[in-house]
Amino acid sequence: MLRGLSMFILLLWALAALFGGGFAAGANTIDLQRILAPPSELGLLGFDDLGRPLLERLIVGAQTSFLVAFGVVAVTSVIGSLLGLIAGYRGGWIDLLIVRLIEVFLAFPGILLAIALAGIMGPGLDNLIIALSVVGWVGYARLARAQTLALKQRDHVSAAIALGSGHWRILLRHLLPLIAAPLIVEATFGVAGAVIAEAGLSFLGLGIQPPAASWGSMIRDGASYMLMAPHMVLAPGCTILLVVFSLNLLGDRLRDRLDIRLTARKRS
Amino acid sequence: MIDYLLTRLFSALLVVVGVALVVFLLIHLVPGDPVDVMLGESARPADREALRTALGLDQALGRQLLDYFSGLARLDLGSSIYSRQPVSELLAARIPATLQLALAATVCALLIAIPLGLLAAVRRGEAWDWGAMSFSLVGLSIPNFWLGPVLVLVFSLWLGWTPVSGREASGSIILPAITLGTGFAAILARMVRSSLLEVLGEDYVRTARAKGLDEPRVVWRHAMRNAWLPVVTLLGLQLGALLGGAVVTEIVFDWPGVGSLLIEAIQKRDYPVVQGCVLFVSLVYVLVNTLTDLAYGVLDPRIRQGLD
Repeated sequence: MLRGLSMFILLLWALAALFGGGFAAGANTIDLQRILAPPSELGLLGFDDLGRPLLERLIVGAQTSFLVAFGVVAVTSVIGSLLGLIAGYRGGWIDLLIVRLIEVFLAFPGILLAIALAGIMGPGLDNLIIALSVVGWVGYARLARAQTLALKQRDHVSAAIALGSGHWRILLRHLLPLIAAPLIVEATFGVAGAVIAEAGLSFLGLGIQPPAASWGSMIRDGASYMLMAPHMVLAPGCTILLVVFSLNLLGDRLRDRLDIRLTARKRS
Repeated sequence: MIDYLLTRLFSALLVVVGVALVVFLLIHLVPGDPVDVMLGESARPADREALRTALGLDQALGRQLLDYFSGLARLDLGSSIYSRQPVSELLAARIPATLQLALAATVCALLIAIPLGLLAAVRRGEAWDWGAMSFSLVGLSIPNFWLGPVLVLVFSLWLGWTPVSGREASGSIILPAITLGTGFAAILARMVRSSLLEVLGEDYVRTARAKGLDEPRVVWRHAMRNAWLPVVTLLGLQLGALLGGAVVTEIVFDWPGVGSLLIEAIQKRDYPVVQGCVLFVSLVYVLVNTLTDLAYGVLDPRIRQGLD
């Protein structure tokens, strides 16, 4: 049940982001008659402090979070995995350099560096994606490196080397497929993390700028009207919670499924 | 032993230098001329030059880097462009509040996570387990910039039990601590559960049970003792996420800590203060993790030897 529900929520998120534009035409329409109006038949989720319909703004916010989350995960997973693969496979000074780089970036607590980067580079969608990407590649790199180190002594890799395969062919055809499963799990949690991070930076005023909508900036706007119009905070917050919860659930399930060989090895 | 300590300290030092280097480079990521961004286009040329000189931006990059590191060695982080106060003084004024918040959040997280994880492990596969783990998954998914306002709405505005914001009123720490601690509690609860489950499968636990000890005694006195180590490790590693989350929590509750100093500085484009905040928080994180590592090395010879 929970499983079906979470998949449904993720589907809804994707549909709203990809095809929701037509339903959100009025997202920025200011209507002074409807300022802070609670949910009614006019607007399913009510209206904000400028009389804009919350449902339509949530759809625009879905586009923002979807674009940022998948943009960030696409950039970070590719760059991180490649760096990790190369470090683990080549060893030597390249490995040492990449490991030091990983250690330095791991030393910045959580979202702190992203906040500073976004704050210094200035607001905007592209800067947001850059800031989160600079911080986000480390997990993939560490994972890919550890897995590659464990796998590169395998017979099939030695066979490929003996047959004269090029380095890139070995990395991408013989090693990457074997380490893909944990990377996919990491990427699923990465999407969840990026959704929260985007909303968090936008909440701090460092992300998407008005009038464009982000779930995070909607919460910030609503926080000032909490007593009069709690729907302004509740609607975007519940949306983030549902999407991130579904992503985390999906990540957990993928991990349980894809780790089959790992658990089997542990038991034997 | 000495080898272990030296190696560990040396690599921590390398990380610190790397972190400082990244923080140094931050100001060079400002689009265009940092001086223009800070003062605006309409500033007088004399003021611009004065600021450029004060920040050392008129020097060659290598010279700037040298000045920056020699400043750091003297604990000089530069001064604010606005108040002209040294960044180290500004930081010192804010550190106690952040420390208090982080500590309170950790206590709050442990108070939630330990019973929850214990319950889930002992009642594995039952409704309790499912309930505790679902709760933990929700806690993991709740953004703290939303949980904070919702807690304020319920406990401050509707029930009137706690102050809305600030740090002066009594009880003002409660909501920020819960806000920051919830996500932390979720991760810890999972760790307590899995760590305890692993230990509960060990032979000595079976022996304890076979001796006829009652179950609470087996779990708490025998199993839990060995389940602590991974939990404490996680505590150290998660401190980073906690310090990062503190920035957002401080903004939500108007808590006068390092996080709100950082955001104020970003809004005022006071770059030396931004750099100082990031550097300070990161260094605390590195320091705590290094100390944790060292403590383990001292306590557990296996970890020391694993290094070679």
